[in-house]
Amino acid sequence: MTKIIEPSKQSSIFRRPSSETGIWSWITTVDHKRIGIMYGYAAFFFLLIGGLEALILRIQLSQPDNNFLTAAEYNAMFTMHGTTMIFLAIMPISAAFFNYLLPLQIGARDVAFPRLNALSFWIFIFGGAFLYSTFIFGTAGAPEGGYLAEEVGWLGSAPNGGWFGYQPNAGMKYSPGTAMDYWAIGLQILGIASLISAFNFITTIINMRTEGMRFMRMPVFTWMTFAVSFLLAFSLPIIAIALFYVTFDRKFGTTFFLTEGGGDPILWQHLFWLFGHPEVYILILPAFGIVSEVLPTFSRKPLFGYAAIVFAGFGIAFIGFGVWAHHMFASAISPVAQAGFGLSTMVIAVPTGVKIFNWLGTIWGGKLKLNTPMLFSLGFIGMFVIGGLSGVTHSIVPADTQQTDTYYVVAHFHYVLFGGALFGIFSGLYYWFPKVWGKMYNESLGKIHFWLMMIGFNLTFGPMHWLGLQGQVRRTWVYAEETNLQFWNIVVTVGAFIIALSIIVFMINWIFSKRNGEKAPFDPWDARTLEWTIPSPTPVWNFSTAPIVKSLDDFWHTKYSEDEEGRAVKREEADQILLELEEDGLNPSEHIALPNPSYFPIVLASGLPFLGYAVIYKSIPLALIGTVLLLIGGFGWGTEPLEEEIHIDSDE
Amino acid sequence: MITLYIVSTLFLIIVDNINMLVKNIFKLKNLKFSALILLSACIENAPLDSLSPEGPYARSIDELFWLTFWIAVVIFVIVQGALLLSVFVFKEKPDSPEPKQIHGNTKLEILWTVIPVIILAVIAVPTVRTIFDLANEPEDALKIEVIGHQWWFEYKYPDYDITTANVLVIPADKPIRLEMWSNDVLHNYWVPKLNGKRYLVPGQTTYLNLHADSPNEFWAQCGEYCGLSHSKMRGRVLSLSESDFDAWVKNQQQNANKLEGNSLAAEGQQVYLNAGCTQCHVIDGVWDVQGDRIAPNLTHFANRNVFAGAALYNNEENLSKWLANPAEIKPGTFMPNLELTEVEINALIAYLGTLK
Repeated sequence: MTKIIEPSKQSSIFRRPSSETGIWSWITTVDHKRIGIMYGYAAFFFLLIGGLEALILRIQLSQPDNNFLTAAEYNAMFTMHGTTMIFLAIMPISAAFFNYLLPLQIGARDVAFPRLNALSFWIFIFGGAFLYSTFIFGTAGAPEGGYLAEEVGWLGSAPNGGWFGYQPNAGMKYSPGTAMDYWAIGLQILGIASLISAFNFITTIINMRTEGMRFMRMPVFTWMTFAVSFLLAFSLPIIAIALFYVTFDRKFGTTFFLTEGGGDPILWQHLFWLFGHPEVYILILPAFGIVSEVLPTFSRKPLFGYAAIVFAGFGIAFIGFGVWAHHMFASAISPVAQAGFGLSTMVIAVPTGVKIFNWLGTIWGGKLKLNTPMLFSLGFIGMFVIGGLSGVTHSIVPADTQQTDTYYVVAHFHYVLFGGALFGIFSGLYYWFPKVWGKMYNESLGKIHFWLMMIGFNLTFGPMHWLGLQGQVRRTWVYAEETNLQFWNIVVTVGAFIIALSIIVFMINWIFSKRNGEKAPFDPWDARTLEWTIPSPTPVWNFSTAPIVKSLDDFWHTKYSEDEEGRAVKREEADQILLELEEDGLNPSEHIALPNPSYFPIVLASGLPFLGYAVIYKSIPLALIGTVLLLIGGFGWGTEPLEEEIHIDSDE
Repeated sequence: MITLYIVSTLFLIIVDNINMLVKNIFKLKNLKFSALILLSACIENAPLDSLSPEGPYARSIDELFWLTFWIAVVIFVIVQGALLLSVFVFKEKPDSPEPKQIHGNTKLEILWTVIPVIILAVIAVPTVRTIFDLANEPEDALKIEVIGHQWWFEYKYPDYDITTANVLVIPADKPIRLEMWSNDVLHNYWVPKLNGKRYLVPGQTTYLNLHADSPNEFWAQCGEYCGLSHSKMRGRVLSLSESDFDAWVKNQQQNANKLEGNSLAAEGQQVYLNAGCTQCHVIDGVWDVQGDRIAPNLTHFANRNVFAGAALYNNEENLSKWLANPAEIKPGTFMPNLELTEVEINALIAYLGTLK
């Protein structure tokens, strides 16, 4: 048994928090696992909101010339749906996985900068709350000189310039009111959170790997975390600058993107997509990582072409910076630029293809256990291939000029980001559920969730290909009856509600299994990576003794050797080793020092929304409150005692 | 479970592709399966259908699309087939042996890197050629200026000194060169049956070629999100035979006649002159001003079958709805509610009907 020794009292200005349970323990935590769990729940909450917005959009579009929403409300809903799903749902859910798993997969006790990690999380929370406060405080209306038949209600007073905020439509003249300021500054705040965590993860991966965990022995999920962190570090500064320009244009009369002042609206598109395309890979690469963990485990085979998959991931990340103008083929870029970006877009299909073929190579010849995480990973491959192939049609520039801005594109990126990223994420949520909660999820409910989602997803987004080719334009509040688009729009709406149903099944499974699920063993899947060598749920100290890694998939090789045919054979001593691991995991024999909780990440983060409001309302008092909070947070951060650490010692 | 997986994946393939496949069968065999009411309802009469080209530019794009589509279908079948086959064959059974621990196969991996490169190269060649073909200015093209406004398209014919809106009239079987810019935000001009899309940008001129095979009416739509009434920023393109086009030009060059007397239409003309319409709308010969006005030129209003950004058909019912409260129909519109009485509205409609 263990006991946790209270930190000794120090003579310092501030005492560090010491709660281990209750709300304060969560608010002050710097434990990467707790932060990961909070990221997950917050992101799922926003996923539900974004989903709700999607359902509202689909009700409006189920009939031609429908009046369920006003134009202002519809525009606000699609803007918030996109913004929410990208910045508040998929990105932070990936961050949840990074946080929880990255230290476990490389054999570390925490990330390199635990307090910065907490800061990232709280900035994300405050950024999301700030963005959504637009529904309470924000205003929107007709462009300067335009007329509206009715007042814009609360639903329409959200940002309405699209998640892409194209200028000058998203500028002050054409989008008056404060709603688009909430969007620009909200994204700015969220970007800070992502930047901080990117550097934190890069440092962690470079410095905190356990003995023997060379780069080419890291699990692919860790590799993809690494790639995503670099993408964030290089792409977010671009959007940060561009968003500052937008805010300055809107609030302080600059004309970076306004023609009348010598600015260029197309420049915004270049900056936005120079960030926006790497962003796509920020959303999808974590799912690549998850699938690369799940497939080998449930095929009982190593990943086919590990090195190729890793390098393909980095290849995609690198080329991802050279394809941005394929979002702008309808703009007036020259034919040479069109050809160049068309070709670079084709090139990116090659490493993506390598990944898909290697995943197929992984399951080929395996012994496939078709449980829920495996089904989601297999579904991921099937759906992602469709998204990838429709993506290739976008690199055919002339064809893209027909498809761009239509539902064909909507179908394409939902196959990539829902059929791809979200299927991968659900695969991961089921796969690591036992490790996080120490309980097994309900397999039958999981399978019902998968099949409902598979059917609903394809009913929703499959027909959109056709609708787009038939001329349904994106971001349109109504479509004319003569366009003959109603039939498939009804199908799409029905599909969307089936997806909603599948999400309810998932939530029931999650809540029920977390409470009453069967107790999970520490290695329920006979898995391959380090996180399965420690007890479920993960003890607060992660590893009782720092593991020593001797090869890729070290844990698997501890359990299995190969016979002369190359088939896996369980080692005689395997069961004994597993017993010892479990015993050791719960009873650390060495002295463990864990980072202390801290009040200051949340204090520091709480200053940012005040600064945001200060810019929007040009208010000095609000700016002062924000600055004071930042200073208190920073000062407290710097001066809180370092020596008070939680010590965990063995009882003996 | 396997069966379910196959059924659902097949289902997915069907949902995804049946329309395109059926469509292509139509193309290949030129058959009309009018019995398939459901599908034919979706195939015929989609005025914005990007897969029914009616001119050489759209046709060259269409050919490129189908080339890519069929290559994609082959890859789709191979990959999904391999996926389903793996699941089917290698699903865990009670007597399954432990699998061989294969870590990779360099030859195979090189193979599936090189093959996609070759396929893409095959697609790349016609793609690049078509990009440049579409960008070239055709010889002897008729130049027309397209100006984007929130939320309607204005057309000017510099050769003929014509200004019109919403309906672009072109001669059939003759190349057209559009010179385009925007008066406010970004717009995106799209006539799916004639060519792909091209932005209209404030402060910058962009170009797009059109060419219609024969006399016909086509739908246009703004593609880029441009604010509140983006969905109602539509248009029509009318291609006319040479003689019809010449007649149209001649008619457009005429000014409107100033009406005298006591007719309902003449009362409508008074409403036009006095109620505030002249602030934004020009009627040549009745209210001449130098320079541009922010709203459509109404000189030949009755000649156009649509109005209000082509969101409404030009008939009495729609006109009275529109004049009663424009913002009701196009949220954000710059046309105010002039609080016209029913009498004034009826007079205006009668007057507008005379502007042939």
